[in-house]
Amino acid sequence: MSDATHTSLMAQSAHTRRRNQAEKRFRAYGLAAIALGLTFLVVLLSTIFYNGVGSFQQSFVNVPVYLDPAKLDKKGNRDIADIKKVSTFAYAPLVQKGLFALIEAHGIETELKKPKDMKKLLSASSTAQVRDYVISNPGQIGETVTFRLLASSRVDGYIKGRVKRADVARDKNINVAQLDLSDAFIKAGVISKEFNLGFITGADASESRPEQAGIGVSMLGSFFMMLVVLGLSLPIGVAASIYLEEFASKNRLTDVIEVNISNLAAVPSIVFGILGLAVFIQFMHLPQSAPLVGGLVLTLMTLPTIIISTRASLKAVPPSIRDAALGIGASKMQTVFHHVLPLAMPGILTGTIIGLAQALGETAPLLLIGMVGYIATNPPDGLASGFLDPNSAMPAQIYEWAKRADPAYYERAWGGIIILLVFLLTMNLIAILLRRRFERRW
Amino acid sequence: MYDYSTASETALDQKTIKFSARDVQVYYGDNHAIKDVNVDLEDKTVTAFIGPSGCGKSTFLRCLNRMNDTIDICRIEGDIKLDGEDIYDKAIDPVQLRAKVGMVFQKPNPFPKSIYDNVAYGPRIHGLAKSKTDLDEIVEQSLRRAALWDEVKDRLAAPGTGMSGGQQQRLCIARAVATAPEVLLMDEPCSALDPIATAQVEELIDELRKKFSLVIVTHSMQQAARVSQKTAFFHLGNLVEFGETGQIFTNPTDERTESYITGRIG
Amino acid sequence: MPLHWLVLIVLALSAVGFFMGRGRALQTAGGDRRLLHSLPHYYGANVALSAMVPAFGVMLVWLLAQPLIVNTSIERMIPTEALPEGNTLSLVMSDVRRVAQGLDIAVERGVLSDAEVASLRADETDIRAMLGDVGVALGADVPGPVLEAAKNHRQQTARGAMIMSIAVLVLALIGFAYAFWRTNAQFRARNIVEAGVRALLIMAASLAVLTTLGIILSLIFNTIEFFRLHPAKDFFFGSVWAPSFGGGSELAVLPLLWGTLYISLIALIVAVPVGLFSAIYLSEYAGSKMRAYIKPLIEILAGIPTIVYGLFALLTVGPLLLGLFGSQGLGWMQAGTAVMTAGLVMGIMLIPFVSSLSDDIINAVPQSLRDGSYGLGATKSETIRQVVLPAALPGIVGAILLAASRAIGETMIVVMGAGAAARLSMNPFEAMTTVTAKIVSQLTGDADFASPEALVAFALGMTLFVITLCLNAFALYIVRKYREQYE
Repeated sequence: MSDATHTSLMAQSAHTRRRNQAEKRFRAYGLAAIALGLTFLVVLLSTIFYNGVGSFQQSFVNVPVYLDPAKLDKKGNRDIADIKKVSTFAYAPLVQKGLFALIEAHGIETELKKPKDMKKLLSASSTAQVRDYVISNPGQIGETVTFRLLASSRVDGYIKGRVKRADVARDKNINVAQLDLSDAFIKAGVISKEFNLGFITGADASESRPEQAGIGVSMLGSFFMMLVVLGLSLPIGVAASIYLEEFASKNRLTDVIEVNISNLAAVPSIVFGILGLAVFIQFMHLPQSAPLVGGLVLTLMTLPTIIISTRASLKAVPPSIRDAALGIGASKMQTVFHHVLPLAMPGILTGTIIGLAQALGETAPLLLIGMVGYIATNPPDGLASGFLDPNSAMPAQIYEWAKRADPAYYERAWGGIIILLVFLLTMNLIAILLRRRFERRW
Repeated sequence: MYDYSTASETALDQKTIKFSARDVQVYYGDNHAIKDVNVDLEDKTVTAFIGPSGCGKSTFLRCLNRMNDTIDICRIEGDIKLDGEDIYDKAIDPVQLRAKVGMVFQKPNPFPKSIYDNVAYGPRIHGLAKSKTDLDEIVEQSLRRAALWDEVKDRLAAPGTGMSGGQQQRLCIARAVATAPEVLLMDEPCSALDPIATAQVEELIDELRKKFSLVIVTHSMQQAARVSQKTAFFHLGNLVEFGETGQIFTNPTDERTESYITGRIG
Repeated sequence: MPLHWLVLIVLALSAVGFFMGRGRALQTAGGDRRLLHSLPHYYGANVALSAMVPAFGVMLVWLLAQPLIVNTSIERMIPTEALPEGNTLSLVMSDVRRVAQGLDIAVERGVLSDAEVASLRADETDIRAMLGDVGVALGADVPGPVLEAAKNHRQQTARGAMIMSIAVLVLALIGFAYAFWRTNAQFRARNIVEAGVRALLIMAASLAVLTTLGIILSLIFNTIEFFRLHPAKDFFFGSVWAPSFGGGSELAVLPLLWGTLYISLIALIVAVPVGLFSAIYLSEYAGSKMRAYIKPLIEILAGIPTIVYGLFALLTVGPLLLGLFGSQGLGWMQAGTAVMTAGLVMGIMLIPFVSSLSDDIINAVPQSLRDGSYGLGATKSETIRQVVLPAALPGIVGAILLAASRAIGETMIVVMGAGAAARLSMNPFEAMTTVTAKIVSQLTGDADFASPEALVAFALGMTLFVITLCLNAFALYIVRKYREQYE
């Protein structure tokens, strides 16, 4: 502590050098942490994209089918009632024959000698597709019509690289000869990979036909759920926030409500599922698996989030606005509804959209109210049925697919996630744009 | 503009020059905050920087130990030399510089640690103490220098944030003294204190002058007159006048200085 | 009368009331709106609200209460000796409701007339087949008492609905008439309407309390029911989780809690260092530009739904770990689903949670403390480690507790990534299960809701709720205290 030790600043002491190295190390830890976080993000997103993008394409087989009147309309009178009596089993040989004929037509060599061997190349749904066509166009019986039929999921998986030749030995759903034939058909242009609209618009399918499964119906389920959430949580959330922020005096009750809301925001979502099961289904006997119930549960779950963000935007409106309105004789209620609320609206909407996005991706509570395990095969036919008929929801559908044994369903699950993320991204973008566009600095 | 050649003549006494600044410019983004400042600060002397708010006196003070480095948009031109070494040279480590040029801030800012740990913080990071007893001694000596020892010697483990404002500021001074600096910069050290605490700190400043060279920024002209030997008057980023404190306050050469001292601007 | 008609009629009445109230107010003022106490539309709104609010209120309460009342009265009708072997009252009751619903549909479709329903007899008609035709599938033939109960159920429900319709309509009319009668120029309509709106606002705000109450009540009642069937001592202090739907299950919470805490611990070991160091770098080192890009990017991780992480754990991380530590690698791992898999993925999910909370907290440390430290010649890292972090410590602890509560309550990742076996083991490469995962599996199976195997889910939910609530309340308290310190 004396000025006798007069050292130059130009030379770094050994101690300072050590300290500077420690500084560099610490900084590197920080950078490494950020890099790690970003790596996780990139890996996650690229895994989703890499695994899921396949579900947007599907292999189709173009088959000319002779609609044999002897099989489809035995009486020959084109009576629609009689045609309807013919089951899909009767169509199977016709379709298989049609595909078998193509082998010869394209001069393909194969050890498969029977039309029946074609069965595993085609989706089990193909016969139903042909039957539906015949029922709506009975006049075509006796003609040869070219159908664009779904290839079976094994053939599709083989084309996409999911099913490997080495693996098919133990697979009873496909064999090597059939794969060879598929290769030849691809070359001949009979089998082709095309955009898979059915995945986006279609319904879920049974365990054995992944090639047919789509997310469309559960998307509608999610849509109706979001309608419920929006219709309930926006007005209730805004009303609650207005009361707490503008009217409530500081008393015991308000305190209880406030603590309640901040705690509710952190209650695990599964607990809301238990609440939904116990109150809405067991106690009030609302229908299981209905988007209405799902929407109610998600409303309760998102309400705290919406209330918290709404209160923040109400708080951001400066008191001078309120004073100005009160000063010219507006009542408190008029002040809030005419002046404060419109100014806070962009912030409220932003918070609501983000709350909705959260609700859209939520799965756990839906498991408990039965929105999983249900195969939604038909789209709802109207408003009431949309809200009340059993349905699934996008995340629940994805979970359902992930549980199934056939790996073909994993591709669907990843694809479903891409669609879900696109929705979430859009919603968040809207929220960000809204905030940018209307953000006010007071 | 303050004329440097005359200043160096008046400054020619026995004391050595500690800091010398030449043509210093400071920019905050587009704002030219300090313009062409030339000044020599002597060792074992209290130099007061006075001037109206926003005149750049604090900014210039913060240049002297490169505290402005922590502000992204701040840019500095010109030379500032400490004992003949350019402190903005690339080879200079600001960390080592700041150990030599300590700083006390406007608001007392003790760390949320014990009184002992507050004072021991500097010696610990700079590795000044070889042993625990060594450190104890540094802490005691620093607290004595800051005229705080008798008040806190029985509660060194108590948190530094629990003391009165004046005690906190003296703790901050003790903390700065503990790293054995050669220069002590004080940025309005008494502005957050009551008159009694202010008197204590001023007394302390006078005491510290024996060991260190001190630079104090102050709003109070009385304070500058009481504690300093040299005074520099800043106005709108310019160093308007620099000289013996007595001369500045009784017979300023620049009319702006006079206006400020008589209370017409400020 | 169908419900939607009732709603529409009341709404229409309110709409008419709005215009009539407004008209009457103007009329009493002789057409000069300046003579009115309030703006004309307030008079309209007063009439409309008076017609609508009490009517809908009664309707809501009625709809909630009626099924309860009907159920209890029907339950009393079913003789205990009529219960089939191994069946509980609640199962029979759900049959009763199903049959009643089937009868309703049958009447609606014209398969049966009301008179025919009244004369139906279980031993004469094949009810199961008949209801199957209208789309209501029943698990077994319908015994006589059930059919009688169902008929009674139908009758009571129908009668209740009729009384409700009348009550609602009468109330709406009374409200309408009263408000309309009171309307005149001096009437303080605005004050009345505003008081009404205020009451609605208060009701909306209390919904949060009602939700909590609903959660607590639904958990408590079912938990008590569970402890009647299964000793609480075994639940809390037993060490084996082995549900068997034939009865004689061992249902102890300990192995599940262990799995939960183990997975959460691994998640925090991943998330806390990465999240904390990111927050430190972003708030202390990064320039504003880097901050503006990196912060939202990391927060994307928080916006990704948990189902995505679950799938990532099940299909990507699990197989990856199995390749490294499985039989082909180090041989520590038997299957892709394990504590490690779920823990790692949950850790990734929690990174943005920890980092953005810590970021807020580090930013709340006053700049003067940093200046003080720099002024003494401390480097940035010394300042961070010795001044900023100690000052921010309480807040960071709060943030970590919040993250822990998030981890404990997380469901999808553990359902898909952790496995289903409940065991007390130290090996992180073994499959274990958690409280949340078991809540899902116990309530989504085909179990009877009255069995201890299903009811245990509510006891588990209660445990989960209490743990997370305590953690949250404690964490929020710490964080709030911390914020106050620097405000």
